[in-house]
Amino acid sequence: MINRVTEARGFDTFDLRYIGLIAAILGIGLLSIHSVTHDQDGGIAPYYLKQVAWIGVGTLAFIIMWAWDYHTIARLAYPAYAVVLFLLVFVLFEGRTSKGAQRWIALGPFSFQPSEFAKLVLILVLAQYYSKAPRIGWLQRVIVPGLLMLPGLLLILKQPDLGSGLSFVAVYAAMLLMVGVRSQALGIALLFSVMLFPFVWEGAWGALHDYQRQRIMAFVDPSYDPSGKGYHALQSRIAIGSGELMGKGLFGGTQSQLKFLPEGHTDFVFAVYAEEWGFVGVLVLLVLFVSLIWLSLDIASKAKDQLGALLAVGIVSMLCFCIVVNIGMTAGMFPIVGIPLPLVSYGGSATIMSMASLGLLLNVKRRRLSLFY
Amino acid sequence: MLGSYSEAEYGDFQRRLILLRIGLLLVVALLALRLWHLQIREGAYYRDLSENNKTRQVLMEPARGLIYDRHGVLLANNVPSFSLYVALDEVRDREALIEKLSDLLELDPAFIRKKLGGKGGKLLPRKIKDRLTLRDAVLIESHRLDLPGVMIQVESQRNYPGGVTASHVLGYVGEASAEQLEKPEFSDLHQGSIVGQYGIEKSFDRYVRGQAGYKRIEVDAHGHEKKAVVVEKPQAGNDLYLTIDVRLQKLAEELLGREYGAIVALDPTNGDILAMASRPAFDPNVLSRELTPKQWAEIVQDEGRPLNNRASQGQYPPGSTFKVPMAVAALESKTVSPFSTVTCNGGYQFGNRIFRDWKVTGHGAVNLHSALVHSCDVYFYTVGQRMGIDLMAEFGKEFGLGQSTGVDLPSERIGVMPSTAWKKKVKKEPWLPGETISVAIGQGYMTVTPLQMANLIATVANDGVNYRPRLVLAVMDRITGNLQELPAVPRGKINAKPETFRLIKEALADVVKVGTATRAKSSIVTIGGKTGTAQVAALRTGPEESIPKKFRDHAWFIAFAPVESPKIAVAVLVEHMGHGGSAAAPLAKEIIEAYFKLTDEQSAGTTSAAAADRIGATSEPL
Repeated sequence: MINRVTEARGFDTFDLRYIGLIAAILGIGLLSIHSVTHDQDGGIAPYYLKQVAWIGVGTLAFIIMWAWDYHTIARLAYPAYAVVLFLLVFVLFEGRTSKGAQRWIALGPFSFQPSEFAKLVLILVLAQYYSKAPRIGWLQRVIVPGLLMLPGLLLILKQPDLGSGLSFVAVYAAMLLMVGVRSQALGIALLFSVMLFPFVWEGAWGALHDYQRQRIMAFVDPSYDPSGKGYHALQSRIAIGSGELMGKGLFGGTQSQLKFLPEGHTDFVFAVYAEEWGFVGVLVLLVLFVSLIWLSLDIASKAKDQLGALLAVGIVSMLCFCIVVNIGMTAGMFPIVGIPLPLVSYGGSATIMSMASLGLLLNVKRRRLSLFY
Repeated sequence: MLGSYSEAEYGDFQRRLILLRIGLLLVVALLALRLWHLQIREGAYYRDLSENNKTRQVLMEPARGLIYDRHGVLLANNVPSFSLYVALDEVRDREALIEKLSDLLELDPAFIRKKLGGKGGKLLPRKIKDRLTLRDAVLIESHRLDLPGVMIQVESQRNYPGGVTASHVLGYVGEASAEQLEKPEFSDLHQGSIVGQYGIEKSFDRYVRGQAGYKRIEVDAHGHEKKAVVVEKPQAGNDLYLTIDVRLQKLAEELLGREYGAIVALDPTNGDILAMASRPAFDPNVLSRELTPKQWAEIVQDEGRPLNNRASQGQYPPGSTFKVPMAVAALESKTVSPFSTVTCNGGYQFGNRIFRDWKVTGHGAVNLHSALVHSCDVYFYTVGQRMGIDLMAEFGKEFGLGQSTGVDLPSERIGVMPSTAWKKKVKKEPWLPGETISVAIGQGYMTVTPLQMANLIATVANDGVNYRPRLVLAVMDRITGNLQELPAVPRGKINAKPETFRLIKEALADVVKVGTATRAKSSIVTIGGKTGTAQVAALRTGPEESIPKKFRDHAWFIAFAPVESPKIAVAVLVEHMGHGGSAAAPLAKEIIEAYFKLTDEQSAGTTSAAAADRIGATSEPL
């Protein structure tokens, strides 16, 4: 039994490393956004400046999620989920349509994407559920949380937003993996099947003809590749590959500068970065991401209670999923689904949500005490 | 306990976390492997792809709007032609390419080099030559493999089916020059864009220009076009309907023949320019092509200055035609009454100088009427001397002299209506009293354009009501299909009594009936007019024929008809042809008679004429 003392500590070197990593990744994002959009009209301001503003809002969200006891935040999980479901219904009827999908709610000159926030809320809901509910049998371990996730998932898929829908499932799967399924063997099997997913996917997917893939993708996510023929995927692969070891330098990426690459500042920002900074740059970014996740997993393993641990695992697995799938799709390992690269891609909702999640993670770490059993 | 770990669970959880870490590292390793594969193992291949897999933006020039005359006769259209472009980013050896192209097309290598160095981004292909012959186009296409980056595009080329007809009115087109491209109104143009350079083509350029579109072409490593995507369709320019009646226009040009000069005919009731001829002329088809510097020099150095629109840019002393506004001024300023007379004995003494009348023997006692009819100089010397230069200038300005008529043509010249203020400003000298006397008969510092004189006589014919002379009747919007008729633009009314105009028009009718312009007398319509003879050289000795032609006088005639309710006003100027009565008046008569014959035909309602009267109904070839 733990002594539920909540201790609020100040920053230590751990926190500084953690925040330093976040800042470095955000910086890489800003640089790449600026590089690919410097000659584009971003509306009221250049894209990189708008992203700076989003990071500002994100910092606020980070501080709020860090400062406020996560137990209190988790108690708001169900009401928050209700609000998110309402917003998801609202967006279906009143949302702004862009590229064939209806995902945005307009707020004056801005628009936000409720499905991004739904991911964080789902983590809170599942963590709250698993830490409170008695977990006996399949029904309570797998089916009930699955039913909890289902309405949000269906609403997101209806938009359609395959990327966010998959992240939803990924969060659920990660939670199942950590605490849902009892058998370690099953857990390991699940884990490996996730790990092998790219290869299985590539094998199955690669066996299909282009037009077959196109039909399937047009069915699940019509917003990408309207001209078809795997054009965007190819351009992205060419962008990354042509970066070679050292890259073409800032503003030097022909694929992205010539507008060959679609969505260069959002979903394909990794390809822009890889083209301009080469394999060396890519390794730097991967190391930064792995370090951030490593620290996050430390937080999970040292969380003082199950709620904290589950929150940490949920957040980490969501980030991992987004990073892997995004880089995988730009590198041509996965089909193209709209998942932004956390902290790097341009976008208000995603940036704020990622930073809020990381704030919550640090919150878990901040309130831990040596664990008592 | 809720919210806390059991020890077993904690251990289980930690083990699973370790598995998660291992799994994560494996997945990241896979990603890194994949990226290593893309960037290092296949990096060179993808770099190659990225270099060759470039898009080339190709402009799609818009079709310029068509130009018709007032009855829908086609004056300017577009025909397809081949243009040669070079995409710079695909040229590996520029000098070798220049050499090959200059061999194939027999072009000056320096010319190609200059074209390749034109303004624009690296991705914008440079236009090297337009109006390629079919032979040249085929030649280039067949050498395509040796000429990386070279493309043949089919474009529309401006064409003027009438050749020299109305060339000064229509103008010509050409590539936007480097200076033009700097200007804000041409900000949406590119090197090689075609813009109007002269005439209506220039002044109405933004109507007829249209909007360029562009397509994106993907090319492979060998410069072959793989796929073209039209990103933005070009938008054709709007069509113009001119006020010109091409039949009158051609007649006016034929009447001038090989002589240098100008004829302007306008409708006094609305300012429509029915004909505006200037000779010598140029062929706009030639000028709209890319000219070699030599060709260009030939045109510019031509002594006849064919590019000069003598109707709106030629400045000549008005001679005795200036007596028309003088007569209005004299009556309105009460300098004379219609009945007061001046005795003309062939000369007017001012100080120790004698100003001669054209009639050495003199006209005897003349009043305003007879002074106009016989063009008595002494009468107007006297009147001018009484009025003074500044009062004359005031009335001259009322009639638009020394001022722009506002015609919709570029670079209109405004002539000079001298005054004391003008001389002080321009010549930095005080006005000399004797100079007033020369100006009184339209000599001295005074100059006007034929268009100004046509406008002046139209104003008199219309009892002082003046319209801005205009050349464009209507604009047809290509997108909406709307025909927008441009309204006539009133420019005010001369403040003079109707009686004054009545008296002067009577006198002008008598000029034709019994005066200096009897050769303009017509059997089908009453014509009023005034002759003029503009001195070129001050000193004249001996008979006209003995003087070299370039020192002979210019012949003027300004006229309107019918006298009772004028429908047409004409100004004729023929350079170095002597007397207005003999050289210019018959031309004006021909124009006026032709105009009434044509209107009679139309009102008689023959089917073709009725159809032609409806704008845009037919576009019969010229």
